[in-house]
Amino acid sequence: MPFIPHTEQEIAEMLQAIGVNDISALFEEIPAHLLADELSGVPTGMNEMEISRLMRARAAQHPQSVCFLGAGAYEHHIPAAVWEITTRGEFYSAYTPYQAEASQGTLQLVYEYQSMMTALTGMDVSNASMYDGASALAEAVLMAVRGNRKSKSRKILMPTTVHPAYRKTTQTIVQGQHIELVEVAYDQASGTTSLDALKQQAGEDITAVVIQQPNFFGNLEAVDEITDWAHENNILVIAVVNPLTLAILKAPGDWGVVGVDIACGDGQPLGAPLSAGGPYYGFMCCTDALVRQMPGRIVGRTVDQDGKEGFVLTLQAREQHIRRSKATSNICTNQGLVVTASTIHMSILGARGLERAAAACHANTLSLVKQLSQIEGVSCVFDSTYFHEAVLKLSKPAGEVLAALMDKNILGGYDLSGSYPELGNAMLVCATEMRTDEEISAYANALAEVIA
Amino acid sequence: MSDVPSELKYTISHEWVRDEGDGTVTIGITDHAQELLGDLVFVELPEVGAELTAGDACCVVESVKAASDVYSPVTGEVIEVNETLLEAPEIINDSAFDDGWLFKVQLSAEVELDDLLDADAYEAEIAE
Amino acid sequence: MLIFEHSRTGRNGAPQSPKQKASVDDIPASLLRKNRAVLPEVSEMQAVRHFTRLSQKNFSIDTHFYPLGSCTMKYNPRACNTLAMLPGFLTRHPMAPAQQSQGFLACMYELQSMLCEATGMAAFSLAPMAGAQGEFAGVAMIEAYHKSRGDDARKEILVPNAAHGTNPATATMCGFSVKEIPTLDNGDVDLDALKKAVGPQTAGLMLTNPSTLGVFERQIETIAKVVHQAGGLLYYDGANLNAILGKIRPGDMGFDVIHSNLHKTFSTPHGGGGPGAGAVGVAKRLMPFLPLPVVDKEGENYRWLTEKDLPQTIGRLSAFMGNAGVLLRAYIYMRMLGREGMVRVAEFATLNANYMMAEAKRRGFELAIPDRRASHEFIITLKNEARDLHVTAMDFAKRLLDFGYHAPTTYFPLLVPECLLIEPTETEAKEVLDGFLDAMLQIREEAKTDPDLVKGAPYTLPVKRLDEVRAARQLDLAWKGVEN
Repeated sequence: MPFIPHTEQEIAEMLQAIGVNDISALFEEIPAHLLADELSGVPTGMNEMEISRLMRARAAQHPQSVCFLGAGAYEHHIPAAVWEITTRGEFYSAYTPYQAEASQGTLQLVYEYQSMMTALTGMDVSNASMYDGASALAEAVLMAVRGNRKSKSRKILMPTTVHPAYRKTTQTIVQGQHIELVEVAYDQASGTTSLDALKQQAGEDITAVVIQQPNFFGNLEAVDEITDWAHENNILVIAVVNPLTLAILKAPGDWGVVGVDIACGDGQPLGAPLSAGGPYYGFMCCTDALVRQMPGRIVGRTVDQDGKEGFVLTLQAREQHIRRSKATSNICTNQGLVVTASTIHMSILGARGLERAAAACHANTLSLVKQLSQIEGVSCVFDSTYFHEAVLKLSKPAGEVLAALMDKNILGGYDLSGSYPELGNAMLVCATEMRTDEEISAYANALAEVIA
Repeated sequence: MSDVPSELKYTISHEWVRDEGDGTVTIGITDHAQELLGDLVFVELPEVGAELTAGDACCVVESVKAASDVYSPVTGEVIEVNETLLEAPEIINDSAFDDGWLFKVQLSAEVELDDLLDADAYEAEIAE
Repeated sequence: MLIFEHSRTGRNGAPQSPKQKASVDDIPASLLRKNRAVLPEVSEMQAVRHFTRLSQKNFSIDTHFYPLGSCTMKYNPRACNTLAMLPGFLTRHPMAPAQQSQGFLACMYELQSMLCEATGMAAFSLAPMAGAQGEFAGVAMIEAYHKSRGDDARKEILVPNAAHGTNPATATMCGFSVKEIPTLDNGDVDLDALKKAVGPQTAGLMLTNPSTLGVFERQIETIAKVVHQAGGLLYYDGANLNAILGKIRPGDMGFDVIHSNLHKTFSTPHGGGGPGAGAVGVAKRLMPFLPLPVVDKEGENYRWLTEKDLPQTIGRLSAFMGNAGVLLRAYIYMRMLGREGMVRVAEFATLNANYMMAEAKRRGFELAIPDRRASHEFIITLKNEARDLHVTAMDFAKRLLDFGYHAPTTYFPLLVPECLLIEPTETEAKEVLDGFLDAMLQIREEAKTDPDLVKGAPYTLPVKRLDEVRAARQLDLAWKGVEN
């Protein structure tokens, strides 16, 4: 029997110890008329050879195309060692470290992860991770509402330059709690959050403002100015950041005079493969002042009875298994295994390695945009500095162009017409450090043909 | 057995109230409550100036195993909070009825004090 | 030793990044990082050695019996991992067009169908990334359902007091108030209390069946009737689905909405605390509210449903597609089990639990609910040992670690004093169960003759008992560099 070790002899002995004649007697408390028939809608079982054949065939249905698509998930190099170590059974098949003495591996690793994330973001503390970047933003909004005791409005300023799926996810998760997400328009020329639109809110009771850096268009926001403006108006600042870009870009803890209050985002660029959308992980960091409002698990360093260093889950009294209906969140898990990968990834690359990867993304995207925008019928939409994504305007509908590129095995970018119809025929492109000069030129040639 | 000073008033949710005789009261959690919670690690105090209604959850005491709301036994304005607890919550474990007080309230309705338990009634309550 | 303490300035994993640092001169200086982040500077081998050694400090299913009640720590077949990590799946961008992703989408569609079949629900969304998010989606759908009918008065969710803490926490997150329903000594819900509690304010009841007390709720049909007659909906917390898989389906019991913890019943890895997956299934009347994305099949083609297809959806729960790689592992596991394997899961999980319960009783341990069949888990209460020997459930748990067994769940459910919630799962062999119970017996003997031995445990692990009070009072949550 698959994955069941019992022999006939053992089954008989066990039934005898229980005092029943057969296994079905163990289900006698279930009303008999409710018992299920055979699950005819589930196929019969496959052995490992058969399932391997099936899955290889399914995987082979996906053409291997060259990826110029980002929009929140990025193809980066991941050292071979990262997932080799991560999928060791001791990490892969362990559970939440409730028995700290038997979980020092996972606990120390999370402590090291928290240390790395606070270093990258310039914040005081980090939790052990959330589900993904979008749900981390939702939790950050809830946390800001708990944390800003000066504000009663539960109004959050949400610029439209924040990833559309992040905004939708936040809306879903906070809608039960009478929180209002107020859209803030972007400046048409720069593709960054309109400071004028923001400043119209001055004097209002606002709980928090969200800033994404780089923003969804790839453009760099005026983070210092927005942070200081918000703090002058007793508004908490939530930064949504791409952690790889923080090897180059200013850490949220350094934005403005005192830094942001909460920094979150998706950890995917730090060692998680694209993998059809997950699992990734969300990270969340904050100032010391807000630590008790932070949802999720947190690991702390302490000592054992002999004074020896060790690690435990701490601040658990805020969590659902103790606080029940008054918990900071219903979250129980983190994305432990992906955090494991990410911690190993950051350790192998180091700050210098991340810096080189991030700078190469930037340089490749500059090169890509330069070559593409020279094609007739293709132009840049915004005039700001961008990091590793940019918006291009096309003389034909983006959907058609991308489909034609797909036929040439190029995943050409993200069609913006659905989320930003006002931009017309526009797409978002990205070139990470994985793209070669040859691939970038090939894209330019292909686009020139398609658009002609 | 926990200490239950006779001069104080109590609630069934384990707060104590000391009538200061000038229209103000001092409030804390009982020795019994701190024993149940164990070593306290954090206290969140109300803000001075906050208007409380009797029964409001107005502050949180946290140990390793529980975070517990403290409910205001009375209605009125918070006039002082015990800020030393922010750095040293263990004071509540050592001295729940004295140095471990939480906050002081200017009463809106002194009659409310009559609704609270006296020491005997509270002792009977926790003996169950 | 922390990875940071292996660090030497200038040491790095050079082959893993581009050879030169490209220019970033076009970015305004005010937007650039001020100081390089303090990350480890180690060689690749140092990193590999460090993290391999850390892994060896963990208990895991692959190394130890892990009878953690309510968590279903069963064997995670390796094929699930190997096949989910085929490059064709790993390199797929989440926003790649559907026609380029048919292999992946076919797996997701079939996973939805198999979950529907196994639970008796009409439709499934794979979007939730954990059980708690599945609960959130389920309760949000209950809210949306009542609202769509103009029934705005339903502001209360009922939760038995034996429930997981996530149930009340979720209800609160969705804007409901929570009313707890007491549980009888025999483990069943107090039906009289439930009848008194329901009314026009009732949005729904969240129930785990079998319950966290390790018994099947025998009055489930009556409960469903009471809640439905009051206009409420019935939510099934799938935490204990392993106990009944293929035997009885939540849909047939009368549940309207369910989440399934794929990392429990369908054996995706727990990964040291995630990622999980909390797929959410619904009866027909809740289908319009399912969270996105959902996969549909049109002719021979698979595609994602969008807001256009499901205008009343509660919305998105993640940026992309939930924990796609976890879903693939669950799919592979289910295909390997097949219909005949699924029902065996419930049968042998239940056989193992009832065998252990009988054998624990024979060894003189007190059972929390002695006169009933166990589900896939059961509860020992050590209240007598705590009273007579001053050795607690926590002490037993710590001492078990010395014997090479991960401790069962302790102090949950909250209703049972000094409890151990023991879930062996179907993948453990009889001799392992016997060995665990022998260790329990030996620990009780130790508690009688040398209680300090038990109270001081563990002795054989990398650390002894840790100072949790110090951890909470003197928060040290990140390494902040060498102290000079």
